[in-house]
Amino acid sequence: MALLSAVTSLANPSRFAAFAERLTPWLIGVTAVVFAVALYLALVVAPADYQQGETVRIMFIHVPSAWLAMFAYTLMAIASLGVLIWRHPIADVSAKAAAPLGAAFTFLALATGSLWGKPMWGTWWVWDARLTSFLILFIMYLGLMALRSAIEEPSRAAKACAILTLVGSVNIPIIKFSVDWWNTLHQPASVIRAGRPTMDPSILWPLLIAAVAFTLLFTTLHLVGMRTELLRRRARTLRLTAAASAPSALAAEPAE
Amino acid sequence: MTDPHFGYIAASYGIAFAVIAGLILWTALDQRAQRRALAELEARSGRRRSGEGLRP
Repeated sequence: MALLSAVTSLANPSRFAAFAERLTPWLIGVTAVVFAVALYLALVVAPADYQQGETVRIMFIHVPSAWLAMFAYTLMAIASLGVLIWRHPIADVSAKAAAPLGAAFTFLALATGSLWGKPMWGTWWVWDARLTSFLILFIMYLGLMALRSAIEEPSRAAKACAILTLVGSVNIPIIKFSVDWWNTLHQPASVIRAGRPTMDPSILWPLLIAAVAFTLLFTTLHLVGMRTELLRRRARTLRLTAAASAPSALAAEPAE
Repeated sequence: MTDPHFGYIAASYGIAFAVIAGLILWTALDQRAQRRALAELEARSGRRRSGEGLRP
Protein backbone atom coordinates (compact mmCIF):
# COMPACT_ATOMS: atom_id res chain seq x y z
CA MET A 1 0.00 0.00 0.00
CA ALA A 2 2.85 2.34 0.89
CA LEU A 3 4.60 1.40 -2.37
CA LEU A 4 1.44 2.07 -4.38
CA SER A 5 1.05 5.44 -2.68
CA ALA A 6 4.72 6.26 -3.42
CA VAL A 7 4.28 5.33 -7.09
CA THR A 8 1.05 7.30 -7.53
CA SER A 9 2.62 10.35 -5.85
CA LEU A 10 5.09 10.40 -8.80
CA ALA A 11 2.18 11.36 -11.04
CA ASN A 12 2.71 14.88 -9.72
CA PRO A 13 5.23 16.53 -12.14
CA SER A 14 7.19 18.31 -9.36
CA ARG A 15 7.48 15.15 -7.28
CA PHE A 16 8.45 13.16 -10.37
CA ALA A 17 11.15 15.69 -11.28
CA ALA A 18 12.56 15.60 -7.73
CA PHE A 19 12.55 11.78 -7.80
CA ALA A 20 14.27 11.75 -11.22
CA GLU A 21 16.93 14.18 -10.00
CA ARG A 22 17.73 12.02 -6.97
CA LEU A 23 17.81 8.80 -9.00
CA THR A 24 19.88 10.04 -11.97
CA PRO A 25 23.41 10.01 -10.39
CA TRP A 26 22.86 6.42 -9.17
CA LEU A 27 21.58 5.33 -12.57
CA ILE A 28 24.57 6.95 -14.32
CA GLY A 29 26.96 5.04 -12.03
CA VAL A 30 25.24 1.67 -12.46
CA THR A 31 24.95 2.16 -16.23
CA ALA A 32 28.68 2.97 -16.56
CA VAL A 33 29.68 -0.13 -14.56
CA VAL A 34 27.32 -2.51 -16.42
CA PHE A 35 28.40 -1.04 -19.79
CA ALA A 36 32.08 -1.63 -18.92
CA VAL A 37 31.30 -5.26 -17.96
CA ALA A 38 29.21 -5.75 -21.12
CA LEU A 39 32.00 -4.41 -23.36
CA TYR A 40 34.56 -6.67 -21.66
CA LEU A 41 32.32 -9.71 -22.10
CA ALA A 42 31.47 -8.82 -25.71
CA LEU A 43 35.00 -8.03 -26.91
CA VAL A 44 37.20 -10.24 -24.71
CA VAL A 45 35.30 -13.10 -23.06
CA ALA A 46 32.74 -14.17 -25.69
CA PRO A 47 34.20 -16.67 -28.16
CA ALA A 48 34.12 -16.29 -31.92
CA ASP A 49 31.17 -18.05 -33.54
CA TYR A 50 31.95 -21.35 -35.28
CA GLN A 51 30.27 -20.10 -38.47
CA GLN A 52 30.41 -16.30 -38.33
CA GLY A 53 33.81 -15.94 -36.70
CA GLU A 54 34.52 -12.61 -34.98
CA THR A 55 31.65 -10.91 -36.84
CA VAL A 56 29.29 -12.24 -34.17
CA ARG A 57 30.54 -9.41 -31.92
CA ILE A 58 28.35 -7.00 -33.91
CA MET A 59 25.38 -8.85 -32.41
CA PHE A 60 26.18 -7.47 -28.93
CA ILE A 61 25.25 -3.97 -30.09
CA HIS A 62 22.83 -4.79 -32.92
CA VAL A 63 20.39 -6.94 -30.94
CA PRO A 64 20.11 -4.71 -27.80
CA SER A 65 19.62 -1.68 -30.09
CA ALA A 66 16.83 -3.46 -31.96
CA TRP A 67 15.16 -4.55 -28.70
CA LEU A 68 15.31 -1.00 -27.34
CA ALA A 69 13.99 0.46 -30.60
CA MET A 70 10.85 -1.67 -30.15
CA PHE A 71 10.73 -1.19 -26.38
CA ALA A 72 10.81 2.61 -26.73
CA TYR A 73 7.94 2.51 -29.22
CA THR A 74 5.92 0.18 -26.98
CA LEU A 75 6.54 2.58 -24.07
CA MET A 76 5.33 5.46 -26.25
CA ALA A 77 2.20 3.51 -27.21
CA ILE A 78 1.38 2.85 -23.52
CA ALA A 79 2.08 6.53 -22.71
CA SER A 80 -0.20 7.52 -25.61
CA LEU A 81 -3.04 5.59 -23.96
CA GLY A 82 -2.30 7.63 -20.82
CA VAL A 83 -2.54 10.83 -22.86
CA LEU A 84 -5.81 9.93 -24.61
CA ILE A 85 -7.65 8.17 -21.75
CA TRP A 86 -6.42 9.94 -18.60
CA ARG A 87 -4.98 13.12 -20.24
CA HIS A 88 -2.04 12.76 -17.92
CA PRO A 89 0.75 15.34 -18.49
CA ILE A 90 3.53 12.96 -17.38
CA ALA A 91 2.39 10.43 -20.02
CA ASP A 92 2.95 12.94 -22.82
CA VAL A 93 6.28 14.02 -21.29
CA SER A 94 7.35 10.35 -21.31
CA ALA A 95 6.25 9.82 -24.93
CA LYS A 96 7.99 12.98 -26.11
CA ALA A 97 11.27 12.15 -24.32
CA ALA A 98 11.30 8.56 -25.64
CA ALA A 99 10.93 9.46 -29.34
CA PRO A 100 14.47 10.73 -30.11
CA LEU A 101 15.97 7.89 -28.05
CA GLY A 102 13.91 5.32 -29.94
CA ALA A 103 14.90 6.90 -33.26
CA ALA A 104 18.60 6.77 -32.31
CA PHE A 105 18.45 3.10 -31.30
CA THR A 106 16.47 2.23 -34.45
CA PHE A 107 19.13 3.96 -36.56
CA LEU A 108 21.83 2.06 -34.66
CA ALA A 109 20.06 -1.28 -35.24
CA LEU A 110 19.69 -0.52 -38.96
CA ALA A 111 23.31 0.64 -39.36
CA THR A 112 24.89 -2.23 -37.42
CA GLY A 113 22.53 -4.71 -39.12
CA SER A 114 23.73 -3.47 -42.48
CA LEU A 115 27.37 -3.75 -41.38
CA TRP A 116 26.67 -7.30 -40.17
CA GLY A 117 24.69 -8.22 -43.29
CA LYS A 118 27.39 -7.31 -45.81
CA PRO A 119 29.99 -9.89 -44.67
CA MET A 120 27.38 -12.55 -43.70
CA TRP A 121 24.72 -12.22 -46.41
CA GLY A 122 26.82 -10.52 -49.08
CA THR A 123 24.56 -7.48 -49.19
CA TRP A 124 24.07 -4.26 -47.21
CA TRP A 125 20.29 -4.32 -47.55
CA VAL A 126 17.37 -6.42 -48.80
CA TRP A 127 13.72 -5.45 -48.87
CA ASP A 128 12.64 -8.39 -46.74
CA ALA A 129 9.82 -8.14 -44.20
CA ARG A 130 12.03 -7.69 -41.09
CA LEU A 131 14.32 -5.02 -42.55
CA THR A 132 11.49 -3.14 -44.26
CA SER A 133 9.24 -3.11 -41.17
CA PHE A 134 12.20 -1.87 -39.12
CA LEU A 135 12.85 0.92 -41.63
CA ILE A 136 9.15 1.85 -41.30
CA LEU A 137 9.68 2.06 -37.50
CA PHE A 138 12.52 4.54 -38.08
CA ILE A 139 10.32 6.61 -40.42
CA MET A 140 7.52 6.53 -37.79
CA TYR A 141 9.87 7.96 -35.15
CA LEU A 142 10.98 10.75 -37.50
CA GLY A 143 7.36 11.43 -38.48
CA LEU A 144 6.26 11.66 -34.84
CA MET A 145 9.06 14.10 -33.98
CA ALA A 146 8.21 16.19 -37.07
CA LEU A 147 4.50 16.20 -36.19
CA ARG A 148 5.20 17.33 -32.63
CA SER A 149 7.45 20.16 -33.72
CA ALA A 150 4.87 21.26 -36.31
CA ILE A 151 2.11 21.87 -33.71
CA GLU A 152 2.80 24.74 -31.34
CA GLU A 153 0.07 24.10 -28.76
CA PRO A 154 1.40 21.27 -26.50
CA SER A 155 -1.99 19.69 -25.69
CA ARG A 156 -2.94 19.49 -29.39
CA ALA A 157 0.51 18.12 -30.25
CA ALA A 158 0.19 15.53 -27.47
CA LYS A 159 -3.19 14.31 -28.76
CA ALA A 160 -2.11 14.17 -32.43
CA CYS A 161 1.14 12.35 -31.56
CA ALA A 162 -0.70 9.90 -29.28
CA ILE A 163 -3.13 8.97 -32.07
CA LEU A 164 -0.33 8.56 -34.64
CA THR A 165 1.76 6.53 -32.15
CA LEU A 166 -1.14 4.14 -31.52
CA VAL A 167 -1.78 3.76 -35.26
CA GLY A 168 1.92 3.01 -35.81
CA SER A 169 2.04 0.50 -32.96
CA VAL A 170 0.55 -2.11 -35.32
CA ASN A 171 4.09 -2.27 -36.77
CA ILE A 172 5.60 -3.68 -33.53
CA PRO A 173 4.05 -7.20 -33.76
CA ILE A 174 4.74 -7.10 -37.51
CA ILE A 175 8.46 -6.53 -36.79
CA LYS A 176 8.52 -9.25 -34.13
CA PHE A 177 6.72 -11.94 -36.16
CA SER A 178 7.86 -10.92 -39.67
CA VAL A 179 10.54 -13.62 -39.60
CA ASP A 180 7.87 -16.25 -38.85
CA TRP A 181 5.10 -14.98 -41.14
CA TRP A 182 7.25 -14.42 -44.24
CA ASN A 183 10.31 -15.98 -45.81
CA THR A 184 13.05 -13.53 -44.85
CA LEU A 185 16.81 -13.34 -45.26
CA HIS A 186 16.91 -12.20 -41.62
CA GLN A 187 17.19 -15.14 -39.24
CA PRO A 188 14.25 -16.14 -36.99
CA ALA A 189 14.22 -15.27 -33.26
CA SER A 190 16.96 -17.02 -31.31
CA VAL A 191 16.49 -15.59 -27.78
CA ILE A 192 12.85 -14.47 -27.23
CA ARG A 193 11.04 -17.50 -28.66
CA ALA A 194 8.91 -20.46 -27.62
CA GLY A 195 11.27 -22.95 -26.01
CA ARG A 196 14.88 -22.36 -25.02
CA PRO A 197 17.18 -19.85 -26.73
CA THR A 198 19.11 -21.45 -29.58
CA MET A 199 22.31 -19.66 -28.59
CA ASP A 200 25.21 -21.13 -26.65
CA PRO A 201 25.41 -19.71 -23.08
CA SER A 202 28.95 -18.40 -23.77
CA ILE A 203 27.39 -15.98 -26.28
CA LEU A 204 23.92 -15.67 -24.74
CA TRP A 205 25.12 -14.30 -21.38
CA PRO A 206 27.24 -11.47 -22.83
CA LEU A 207 24.25 -10.60 -25.03
CA LEU A 208 21.89 -10.45 -22.05
CA ILE A 209 24.35 -8.30 -20.05
CA ALA A 210 24.68 -5.98 -23.07
CA ALA A 211 20.88 -5.77 -23.24
CA VAL A 212 20.76 -4.79 -19.54
CA ALA A 213 23.47 -2.12 -20.16
CA PHE A 214 21.55 -0.64 -23.11
CA THR A 215 18.28 -0.70 -21.14
CA LEU A 216 19.93 1.11 -18.21
CA LEU A 217 21.32 3.70 -20.64
CA PHE A 218 17.85 4.19 -22.13
CA THR A 219 16.28 4.51 -18.66
CA THR A 220 18.85 7.10 -17.57
CA LEU A 221 18.53 9.19 -20.74
CA HIS A 222 14.74 8.90 -20.66
CA LEU A 223 14.53 10.09 -17.04
CA VAL A 224 16.85 13.03 -17.75
CA GLY A 225 14.91 13.80 -20.94
CA MET A 226 11.59 13.77 -19.05
CA ARG A 227 12.96 16.13 -16.42
CA THR A 228 14.25 18.46 -19.17
CA GLU A 229 10.82 18.41 -20.80
CA LEU A 230 9.19 19.37 -17.48
CA LEU A 231 11.62 22.29 -17.19
CA ARG A 232 10.81 23.32 -20.79
CA ARG A 233 7.08 23.27 -20.05
CA ARG A 234 7.51 25.30 -16.87
CA ALA A 235 9.58 27.86 -18.81
CA ARG A 236 6.86 28.01 -21.47
CA THR A 237 4.20 28.63 -18.81
CA LEU A 238 6.30 31.44 -17.31
CA ARG A 239 6.79 33.02 -20.76
CA LEU A 240 3.05 32.87 -21.46
CA THR A 241 2.23 34.31 -18.02
CA ALA A 242 4.74 37.11 -18.57
CA ALA A 243 3.32 37.82 -22.03
CA ALA A 244 -0.25 37.83 -20.70
CA SER A 245 0.55 40.20 -17.85
CA ALA A 246 2.65 42.56 -20.02
CA PRO A 247 -0.28 44.63 -21.46
CA SER A 248 -1.84 45.10 -18.01
CA ALA A 249 1.52 46.14 -16.62
CA LEU A 250 1.86 48.66 -19.42
CA ALA A 251 -1.67 49.89 -18.80
CA ALA A 252 -0.90 50.35 -15.11
CA GLU A 253 2.04 52.63 -15.92
CA PRO A 254 1.18 56.32 -15.70
CA ALA A 255 0.93 58.09 -19.05
CA GLU A 256 3.63 60.68 -19.72
CA MET B 1 41.58 -9.88 -33.64
CA THR B 2 42.84 -10.82 -37.12
CA ASP B 3 39.46 -11.47 -38.64
CA PRO B 4 39.02 -10.58 -42.32
CA HIS B 5 35.85 -8.70 -41.33
CA PHE B 6 37.53 -6.57 -38.68
CA GLY B 7 36.56 -3.37 -40.55
CA TYR B 8 32.84 -4.17 -40.26
CA ILE B 9 33.16 -4.90 -36.53
CA ALA B 10 35.18 -1.73 -35.89
CA ALA B 11 32.72 0.36 -37.92
CA SER B 12 29.77 -1.08 -35.95
CA TYR B 13 31.33 -0.26 -32.58
CA GLY B 14 32.47 3.14 -33.90
CA ILE B 15 28.94 4.05 -35.02
CA ALA B 16 27.50 2.79 -31.71
CA PHE B 17 30.00 4.92 -29.78
CA ALA B 18 29.22 8.00 -31.90
CA VAL B 19 25.42 7.60 -31.58
CA ILE B 20 25.51 6.96 -27.82
CA ALA B 21 28.00 9.78 -27.16
CA GLY B 22 25.85 12.09 -29.30
CA LEU B 23 22.70 11.13 -27.36
CA ILE B 24 24.40 11.71 -23.99
CA LEU B 25 25.83 15.07 -25.11
CA TRP B 26 22.52 16.25 -26.62
CA THR B 27 20.59 15.20 -23.49
CA ALA B 28 23.04 17.00 -21.17
CA LEU B 29 23.20 20.18 -23.28
CA ASP B 30 19.41 20.32 -23.65
CA GLN B 31 18.93 20.04 -19.88
CA ARG B 32 21.56 22.72 -19.23
CA ALA B 33 19.88 25.07 -21.72
CA GLN B 34 16.45 24.54 -20.13
CA ARG B 35 17.80 25.03 -16.60
CA ARG B 36 19.40 28.32 -17.68
CA ALA B 37 16.28 29.50 -19.49
CA LEU B 38 14.08 28.72 -16.49
CA ALA B 39 16.48 30.37 -14.02
CA GLU B 40 16.54 33.49 -16.20
CA LEU B 41 12.75 33.62 -16.48
CA GLU B 42 12.26 33.12 -12.75
CA ALA B 43 14.83 35.80 -11.94
CA ARG B 44 13.14 38.21 -14.37
CA SER B 45 9.63 37.57 -13.09
CA GLY B 46 10.71 37.48 -9.45
CA ARG B 47 8.62 34.35 -8.97
CA ARG B 48 9.34 31.67 -6.49
CA ARG B 49 9.70 28.17 -7.78
CA SER B 50 6.55 26.11 -7.76
CA GLY B 51 8.19 22.85 -6.82
CA GLU B 52 11.41 21.52 -5.44
CA GLY B 53 11.77 19.07 -8.31
CA LEU B 54 11.71 21.73 -10.99
CA ARG B 55 14.63 23.68 -9.57
CA PRO B 56 16.64 24.98 -12.54
